[in-house]
Order: sequence, then C-alpha cells, then structure tokens
Amino acid sequence: MSAARIRGLRKAYGAHLVFDGLDLDVARGERIAILGASGCGKSTLLRCIAGLERPDAGTIATTGEVGVVFQEPRLFPWLDVRRNVAFPARTAAERARVDGVLGLVGLAHAAQRLPKQLSGGMAQRAALARALVRDPQLLLLDEPFAALDALRRIELRAAVREILEFTRASAILVTHDVEDALALADRVLVLAGAPADIAFEGTVGDGATRAAILDALGVAEYEGRARRATSR
Amino acid sequence: MARFALPLALFVGWWLATARGWVKSYQFASPRDVLAELANLAATGALWHDIGASVARVFAGFAIALALAIVLGALVGGSRAVERVLDPTLQAIRAVPSLAWVPLILLWLGIGETAKITLVAIGAFFPIYVALVAGIRGVDRKLVEVGTTFGLSRAALIARVLVPATLPQLLVGARIGLTQAWLFLVAAELLAATNGIGFLLTDGEQTTRTDEILVAILLFAVCGKLSESGMRWLERRLVGWTDTVPV
Repeated sequence: MSAARIRGLRKAYGAHLVFDGLDLDVARGERIAILGASGCGKSTLLRCIAGLERPDAGTIATTGEVGVVFQEPRLFPWLDVRRNVAFPARTAAERARVDGVLGLVGLAHAAQRLPKQLSGGMAQRAALARALVRDPQLLLLDEPFAALDALRRIELRAAVREILEFTRASAILVTHDVEDALALADRVLVLAGAPADIAFEGTVGDGATRAAILDALGVAEYEGRARRATSR
Repeated sequence: MARFALPLALFVGWWLATARGWVKSYQFASPRDVLAELANLAATGALWHDIGASVARVFAGFAIALALAIVLGALVGGSRAVERVLDPTLQAIRAVPSLAWVPLILLWLGIGETAKITLVAIGAFFPIYVALVAGIRGVDRKLVEVGTTFGLSRAALIARVLVPATLPQLLVGARIGLTQAWLFLVAAELLAATNGIGFLLTDGEQTTRTDEILVAILLFAVCGKLSESGMRWLERRLVGWTDTVPV
C-alpha cells in the first residue's frame, strides 16, 4: 500500500499549464524530496495533494491522515502554542498526543506562549507539532526551512529528520535546497519543464548524489536560459 | 503626572478668570458654582436620573447598532453576491450626514424614546459595519487554508478561524461606534428631551444657567471617557494577542 498515488495529474492556471499527466508514487514510510526552479510547479503539486487546489484532471489518493507544514508557520495568533497544536485534535486520543508532540519538537517549555512571543524557529516547530497531532501517515512539507536563518535551518532540519524516523511517517518535502533534500529524503525528484514533469529521479546514496542533483537542476535551468537567449 | 498638567492649568485659568471677574458669570460659571450645581443635582436625585436616562439610550441604541452591524457585516463580508446587492445602498446611506435624518425620524417616530434610540443606533451602526466588513475581507487567507487542510467544515471554519480573526477589527469598530453613539445622543437630547444629560444643556440654555451647561458638558466628558476606557479594556482582554500597535 502506498502513502500517496498520483495518476495523470493535470492542472492549469488560465493558459499556463503547470502539469499535464504527472504520475507520482510515494511508498509507505518513504521520504521524497522534490526540487526545481522557482515557479516550476512543486508547490502547486503539494497544494493539490493537500486538497488546497483542485486538479483539472487525474487522481490523487492518499492513505490515512495528511499533515501540512507551510513555508510560514501560519499559527493562529489568538491561540497559545498548546492550543495551536491542539487545534486539529478531534478525539480524546488526539488531544492526549498534544504534550507528546510538543516535547518531540522541543517546545514543552513554551506551551503557554502566544505566537507573537516566539522566534521564527520556535514558531515553525509549533507548526510542525500541529501537523503531527493527528498522527499523519503522510507529511507535506512546503519549503519549511526557507524563512529561517542558516543555523535555525540546520537545527530544524535535524529535528524533522529525527521526527520522521521516530514516527515512520511518509513525507513529501518541497525545497530548492539540495542539502535539505540530501539530509531528509530517501529519493530525490527534480521537476522541470512547462508543463512540468519529472526530469530527474534518484535514490539518495545511489543515483541521487549532490553532483547529479545539481547537474539536473542546472541543466534544467540552463536549458531555460538558453531557450530565452536564442529567442531574443 | 504630565497628563494632569494641562487640565490643572486650565482649571486654574478658569478659576482665576471667574474669580477676578474677567468673564461674567452668566457667560461662564465659576468652578464653585458648577460644583455647587453638581452637588445640588446629586442631592435632588436629578443627576442620577439624567445620567441613567442618557446611559440607557446610548446602550439601547448601541446594542441595536451592534446587532445589526454584525448581521449585515457578516452577510456582506461573507458573500460577494450579498455585497453587490447591499453594500452600495448602505454606502449611499452612510454618505448622508447622519444628522440629516433627524427631521424624518422626528416625523416618523415622534419625539419619544424610540426616535432618540434610533438616532443613536444610526450613529453607532456605520463605524461597526465598515470595520467588520474590512475585518472579514482582511482575514489572512493562509490561516483559512490551515483550517481547510484539517478538513474543517464551513461552520467550524467560521467559528474557529474567521470569528477570532475578525474580532480585533470588530472591537475597534465598536469602540468608535460607542463614541458616535454619545455624539448622536447629544443631538437627540438637544432636539427634544425632558430628561437626560442633553436636557441639562437645553435647560441651562433656556434659563441662562452656565453652571448647569458646564455640569452637562462635564458629565458627557466623564461618560464618554469611561465608555471608551471600558472598550479599550475589553480589547486588551479579548484581543491582547494582536501583534500590532494599538490605535
């Protein structure tokens, strides 16, 4: 059984065709990273899986709960950290998980604080805890470290890695940072083209080396540049 | 202490001007006369009667305005279709200086309590309505998306995301609306009243008693300040989580 299965995804914004028949599978417990140039459609893909965008065609099937972490923490400013984390909880069992996930992200001491009293890194940890409360089988991470400084980024990346290993949840990480991908993912995909498709795919420690990914990203980018240059 | 410096200076100036006879007492009563009139009104019970009448009108009018503004603001803010139908008319009505409604209100409703409360309600309604619609329109779409990713129903989304997100704006609107309510109360009580703080104004004018007029002005200042402080207290209590500089 797979955590996510996408078949024939088609999505357009007006005349701009983002995807036209994209297929993607994420196995249970598998962590994939999706890289690509800005505007290539990687966030759109994640938003389609999260149910925030409606595909024009194709099917998206996910198993179990899906948790989403966005680039910004998106905490509810009127709730303290504990209430933010408890926001998605529907059952007594989920409510009972609140303290556990707060501890997991290292925020047990800040449970009473309001979002305006948190640093960027702490706020993003709270957002991560909120995404974990329903014990999701699939975590969608949309550039979750992009708004953080270099040190916080490394810290939170390590924390996410530990959490993913602990919860055994599948994850789809969208990022533009090769280091994020190598640190967190089992498999790396590069999206490129318009409509976008998978231009590169490799397993970390096997085909997906830093050089190979950068090359795939670079080739995609250079091709775009060359096309623009020759059309001038 | 700095905040008391100017009022103190004004008071000393007032006292000097009346004690030295720079102004005539029929033009401007002395502090002693004003305090004596205040004590007199308090002793006869008229003071509490008038304050009670005015406060009751303000709160009745304000409550009606608040209820109407919440219903209409939620409808207009929540639906573009309703906005297209309702908002242009409401904006047109808002563009009319509200006191221009006075003759019509007097003709329709007479000079009783209903007319006064209606006038207060008209004055208080628009600031609340405008603030609420702006608040609903300004809700962070990204927070709504969080609710959507957790599969919240429309009702739950409204109760758990939209209402709390809109509350700060609603309270700011309500504070301004309450100030407007006092403003319109003065107009209503100046026109026709047999009691209330505004009645003290007209009574003082007709009997050329500046001490009575000044007592009324003093009472309006105290009531206005108290209700504004009350609303600010409510804002701190309910929406202290906002990360903005209070206006």
